Amino acid sequence: MANNPNVSAGILATLAWRNLWRNYRRTLVMLTAIIIGVWAMIIFSALMRGMLTEMVHAGLRVLPGEVQIHHPAFRDDPSVVNSIPQPTGPLLKALNTEPIEAWTSRIKVPGMISSERDNRGVLLLGIDPAGEIALGFDLDEVVEGRFLESPEDKGIVIGRKLAERLETELGKRIVIMSQDPDNDVADRGIRVVGIYRARLQATEELNVYVGRSTLQKMLKIEDQVSEIAATANSYKTVDSWWPAVAAAAGPNMDTQPWMTLDAYLGTMLSFQGTINLVIMVVIFIALSFGLVNTLVMAVFERVREIGLMMALGMRPQWIMYQVLLESIMLLGLGLVIGNALAAATILPLEGGIDISMVGEGMEMAGMGATLYPALAVQDMLMATGVVLALGLVASILPAWRASRYNPIQALAKT
Amino acid sequence: MSAVSCKNLSKTFHQGDQIIKGLDEVSIDISEGEFVCLSGPSGSGKTTLLNAMGGLDNPDSGEILVGDKRVDQLGKGDLADMRLHNIGFVFQAYNLIPVLTAQENIEFVMQVQGIPADQRSSKSRAILEEVGLSGHEDRRPAQLSGGQQQRVAVARAIVSNPTLVLADEPTANLDSKTAIQLIELFVKLNVESGITFVIATHDTRVMDYCRRLVRMVDGKIVADDQQPGKGVAD
Amino acid sequence: MSVTARLAWRNLWRHGRRTWLTVGAMVFCNALLVFMISFQLGSYSMMIDSSLSVLTGHLQIQQKQYNSEQRMRYSIPNGVALATELRDKSGIDAMAARGTTFALASSEDRSFGIQVMGVQPEFEPRVSNIPGLVKTGRYLQGNATDEIVIGSVLARNLKIEVGEEITLLGSGRDGSFAAGIATVVGIIDSGMSDLDRSIAQVPLGYFQDVFSMEQQVHSIVANVQRLNAVAEAKAQLAGLIASPDLVVLGWNELQPGLKQAIQADLFSNAVMYAVLIVLVAFSVLNTQLMSVLERTREFGVMMALGLRPGGLARLVFLETAVMSLLGLGLGCLLGTAISLYFQTNGVYIPGMEEAMDKYNLPGVLYPQVSTISVLIGPGIVFIGCMLAAVYPALRLHTLQPVAAMRAV
Repeated sequence: MANNPNVSAGILATLAWRNLWRNYRRTLVMLTAIIIGVWAMIIFSALMRGMLTEMVHAGLRVLPGEVQIHHPAFRDDPSVVNSIPQPTGPLLKALNTEPIEAWTSRIKVPGMISSERDNRGVLLLGIDPAGEIALGFDLDEVVEGRFLESPEDKGIVIGRKLAERLETELGKRIVIMSQDPDNDVADRGIRVVGIYRARLQATEELNVYVGRSTLQKMLKIEDQVSEIAATANSYKTVDSWWPAVAAAAGPNMDTQPWMTLDAYLGTMLSFQGTINLVIMVVIFIALSFGLVNTLVMAVFERVREIGLMMALGMRPQWIMYQVLLESIMLLGLGLVIGNALAAATILPLEGGIDISMVGEGMEMAGMGATLYPALAVQDMLMATGVVLALGLVASILPAWRASRYNPIQALAKT
Repeated sequence: MSAVSCKNLSKTFHQGDQIIKGLDEVSIDISEGEFVCLSGPSGSGKTTLLNAMGGLDNPDSGEILVGDKRVDQLGKGDLADMRLHNIGFVFQAYNLIPVLTAQENIEFVMQVQGIPADQRSSKSRAILEEVGLSGHEDRRPAQLSGGQQQRVAVARAIVSNPTLVLADEPTANLDSKTAIQLIELFVKLNVESGITFVIATHDTRVMDYCRRLVRMVDGKIVADDQQPGKGVAD
Repeated sequence: MSVTARLAWRNLWRHGRRTWLTVGAMVFCNALLVFMISFQLGSYSMMIDSSLSVLTGHLQIQQKQYNSEQRMRYSIPNGVALATELRDKSGIDAMAARGTTFALASSEDRSFGIQVMGVQPEFEPRVSNIPGLVKTGRYLQGNATDEIVIGSVLARNLKIEVGEEITLLGSGRDGSFAAGIATVVGIIDSGMSDLDRSIAQVPLGYFQDVFSMEQQVHSIVANVQRLNAVAEAKAQLAGLIASPDLVVLGWNELQPGLKQAIQADLFSNAVMYAVLIVLVAFSVLNTQLMSVLERTREFGVMMALGLRPGGLARLVFLETAVMSLLGLGLGCLLGTAISLYFQTNGVYIPGMEEAMDKYNLPGVLYPQVSTISVLIGPGIVFIGCMLAAVYPALRLHTLQPVAAMRAV
């Protein structure tokens, strides 16, 4: 005959729950603190997640394609010399395989653009408009005129900011200039047929879109391109399919996922979990002092009862379970309310928070002027896990001390 | 057969520089079904002896047998189980668990013992009726009078069918009428269920009911007399 | 020590563990704040330094439209003369004139559109650290010679080395076709890839020749000793400039992104700190509420003896203040010690180099301990803790002496 664990859990829960509300003021104060803590944990994670998703999207939207294939020397030396042929054979087959939803090829060379008023260094993009649209180019971004219509299109689409800088406008002719593989200056006059807006000003100033064939002709590189870009429409799953593309492309081409192409984004994303965890742990530590204090007090004022229960035959470890249970109930309650409150705060804001006040600062980090907080179940689970796990650890000492009381001395306490 | 048997129990306390002999070579043998009072001035060692019998306190030397178990040699957990199943306690200040109702206080012990819910409920009600508290099941200790609280404590002590009930000054906080009602409840339980009672008290109203009166002074038993003892008043 | 103070002190230690736990929360929070704020301020000043010392400088004098629209024709007439004059009159030695334009730079094999800068080799080292970053070759010397220094990545992309020639093609200030050939005399390696990919400098006189600038320049860059002297210097220079077409701009106007990035970071961290402070304040609230509630009887006695509720409230505030000061002192001490350790040894966060590079930061960061960085966080924590004692203290006013004395 021993203390029966199954049946006694019920009475422990009753005791723990009622004890929690004996000193309701203290419990409410502590509960509020836990709620604020949990709320803050989730809010911070949501802002962080939103910020990073935004950065990744902004980064990927500029020139879409989670996986890009280049000439091995291109990334270090983005010159027209380092071009690759259009995909054929196994690579073409790999690019048309699931989960890849779209792919395109582009020419991407540095160049100069001049209006009669001014000139700028830009990135000349020779594209196939249908391919870019399939890859995610948003036609709504073209705010004036039209987007290119075919690889043979004889027009150019430039950013709003660049148009401003060049003091040019829709329908005007400008000159683009670059070098061909023989390092002869290649240039041509071209008419502005469209003006686009981008999330980042820097993008608007840098990228200009020209028909791929038009640019190939100007640069005298028939059928050559600078990069092949493919997308499966999810930046998260890229690890599952890019090795196959890399294998098909062979060792003579440089196939890389976006994490490598934009090391900053890759780093930030891989650090996201760690940063969230650190923030959560820090918040919890600030909470834990109050939690331990509350438990110590709760045990302290119940010493007599604890002695009594021991005298009645409750095993010491059960006293410990009771205190732990009380702590878990308090934390659990705080977690439920905190999570709910955080969700209620974030969901209405998922449409975006205007932070244009510090917009240019955000642009430095590669973000637009709107912040889209993102509520993620995994963050909520992480917060819950951190609070429960560390909460138990913090509660163990007071609980253990409670179980160490000598029944007689405990009973004698007034 | 002995309900509880002590042999040469000694225990010293330190109070400042003084060494106080709580128990000084105490030997006593209490048979099953006895109704024993331990009397004596405060500090005479009666509570210490009671606590030693219940395994709440360890003597420095000597042997204690409850039934066939050597109480002085049991570990904490086994002691807890022994108290749970074999011994009932009644304390001076009622010592109910304040957050539990009268019935829950009684069921608490049964629940720890692992008795199923349906049995717990019927038994606790029966026992509350036995101690005269029907209708007070759902009250919390704060809503009960002193006498009622002490009755709940008694009910809790006997609910596990212990062979031995140890009571430490159970009437100290009660008025005369309530005190007599309580002690008569003890006698009734003793006579009807054969539970052994050991009561530490210096209340003469209680001593009148005892059939064996043990007198202690300075940690020693100085008298151990059989007496008729009052029965339950009709 | 007055009796009240003694009473407050002893009351605190009636529950030593509780007091220490509460103080512990403050110490944790304070130490964290001291370290984090020192760390932030350290990073910010590194960020500002490294961003500004490259090119921007602390102040620039420009034609008033140039900052928003960098056009060749928005220029400063007689810039070199003006720079010399200002140098004399203001006493600010670190001042240099520059011209800036875009041009197509071509080597034998390659061409790239780049930003070309005309600088005064004599004065440029005073306002920028680029002259000191020449890895191979040397920095510019002559004032009108056809030499050029370029970034290391640019040199690699152009497949060009020291001694070889670069052709510059662009348009002159008057809209005419501009072309020049300059010899590479040095290659700059700053370690910042964006800079190394784009920087190209030629002597200002040569720049003015090639791009038909005559005596015009685009900016006069000035550096002062300390960042907080910028405002004063700005006012002084503005007073010295006669032309209404010219403006003096501070670094925060020249690089609004830098200031906003700092503000954004400051703000997001401030929110985090606020949460921590609120949590600590709750800890104090709990402790003081408990301590007031459990002393109800004692307070009843004191009131019966003639102490007013206000006196009791003062006692509670005094206790809180003593506790908070303890937290403040220990927290500042611990935080300062940690910050000072890292101020000497640096904080290295492995794997974050890419993120740092984005903000022109090196891989190792150094916190900067100052009176402000040590006291501001703990100071606010102290105020928060004192505010937390308001509710427990207010409860005292509801006490009725007789009822209180009867309380358990």
